[in-house]
Amino acid sequence: MNRPFGMLAELTYKCPLHCPYCSNPLNLSDYHEELTTAEWQRVLIEARELGVLQLHLSGGEPLQRRDLVELVGDARDLGLYTNLITSAIGLSPRLAQELKDAGLDHVQISIQADEPALSDRIAGTRSYERKIAAYRLVKELGWPLTMNVVLHRHNLDRIGRILDLAEELEADRIELANTQYYGWAWRNRAALLPSRAQLDRAEEIVRAARRRLEGKMEIIYVIPDYYSKYPKPCMGGWGRQQLTVTPNGDVLPCPAAHTLNLPRATVREHSLAWIWEESPLFRRFRGTEWMPEPCRSCNRREVDFGGCRCQAFQLTGDAARTDPVCYLSPDHGIVEEAVQAANEGAESGEEDLVPRTYTARQT
Amino acid sequence: MSTGILSTNRPHLARQVRLEWDPVRERQVLLAPEGVLVLNQTGADILGLCDGERTVADIVEELRGQYNRVDSDEVHDFLARLVAKRWVELGDE
Ligand SMILES: C[S@@+](CC[C@H](N)C(=O)[O-])C[C@H]1O[C@@H](n2cnc3c(N)ncnc32)[C@H](O)[C@@H]1O
Ligand code: SF4
Ligand code: SF4
Repeated sequence: MNRPFGMLAELTYKCPLHCPYCSNPLNLSDYHEELTTAEWQRVLIEARELGVLQLHLSGGEPLQRRDLVELVGDARDLGLYTNLITSAIGLSPRLAQELKDAGLDHVQISIQADEPALSDRIAGTRSYERKIAAYRLVKELGWPLTMNVVLHRHNLDRIGRILDLAEELEADRIELANTQYYGWAWRNRAALLPSRAQLDRAEEIVRAARRRLEGKMEIIYVIPDYYSKYPKPCMGGWGRQQLTVTPNGDVLPCPAAHTLNLPRATVREHSLAWIWEESPLFRRFRGTEWMPEPCRSCNRREVDFGGCRCQAFQLTGDAARTDPVCYLSPDHGIVEEAVQAANEGAESGEEDLVPRTYTARQT
Repeated sequence: MSTGILSTNRPHLARQVRLEWDPVRERQVLLAPEGVLVLNQTGADILGLCDGERTVADIVEELRGQYNRVDSDEVHDFLARLVAKRWVELGDE
């Protein structure tokens, strides 16, 4: 069996921001019983024994956890590569220095747009200036810096200026990720989905920027899967390379897998190794045995693994179907309809976006 | 990007990556922001010599002391791939 390379540790779902594209679950109040420091420490040890080499510290906002510095130090002692994924709200110069001293390897800071008014509107709170200060701080401390930007209808046309901002801040990498429709983004899909014309323009700008910045800044552009012919190879295959631990200790093959109707396993009851190897959730879609047609006899089945199980479930109600993003899927019409609405339907405005709120319950 | 690697370059690991021993896989691994490279023995030996002091020619020379056959093109290709990912940087010529 493959061993996982990376673990996404979602330390908390608390967050001072309200991004309407947030991929976190809607029922955030189910996650208040967070793992303790000691529980996370045990999870880190078990993860390393299982083969995990990279630790992605995320959330919610990981800086909300008071034991973050301690956990980073423990992870480094275990030999893990530590990556902080943050909104930067709460990253004071002092905390940054403590994280640096604890051995944090890499910092990714998200921003909502290239200019304050729009960025703050999307984030639902004043945050732009603090983020810019944090980017500078990270560079000053000598960390490799990645700028993360989630793309959607309301910022895609500014991609050129977003790239300029990353260049000005001397980011080593920029991840331009078209919105994936999970959690709050799923709820806001109609207002987030861009038009084909927007995407075509954006891709041209990305191509030009790649040529111009080659060797200087790495540009990762995550294509919008609704507009692709084939689905994404979600998580590099189910239970194959990655795992996610949620704030309350549930272990998932991908951060969206809490939506599936399968029994969940938690580190509070089982070892990480048992969950990875034996739990029904991880076994259910591992490999190619579970696949229906057209995947079963398709020569891309080990390339994209039939796409995303959570997306299949969301769109068809059955997680074991081919991802409807695939043009070969019998359900592809569902995606085409959404795309058509984004291109021909009534123009949706920012006012249609529902902000993410920590206390919200599932509706 | 097939940047020509010169024999006179003095390669070193980029600031953002780390070389570690993985006791689980019993291999040297190169850890980077969004990727892991599990190295074979030769790859590990090459990277172990990328200290910013030795030139590529020096590295090939040292490997020849360890292995019967060392293809200098393969060393160049291996380094070129990592340079393209910005995991290895080329020092001065
Ligand atoms: C859920 S956030 C948690 C970390 C931190 N609060 C932040 O936003 O940077 C983790 C990463 O996923 C990105 N992200 C959030 N929602 C997304 C979505 N629907 N699709 C793609 N990326 C998303 C964020 O920009 C961030 O880089
Ligand atoms: S609301 Fe925004 S900042 Fe907060 S967790 Fe979600 S994506 Fe990150
Ligand atoms: S049919 Fe299945 S395996 Fe083939 S390309 Fe589509 S999703 Fe991938």
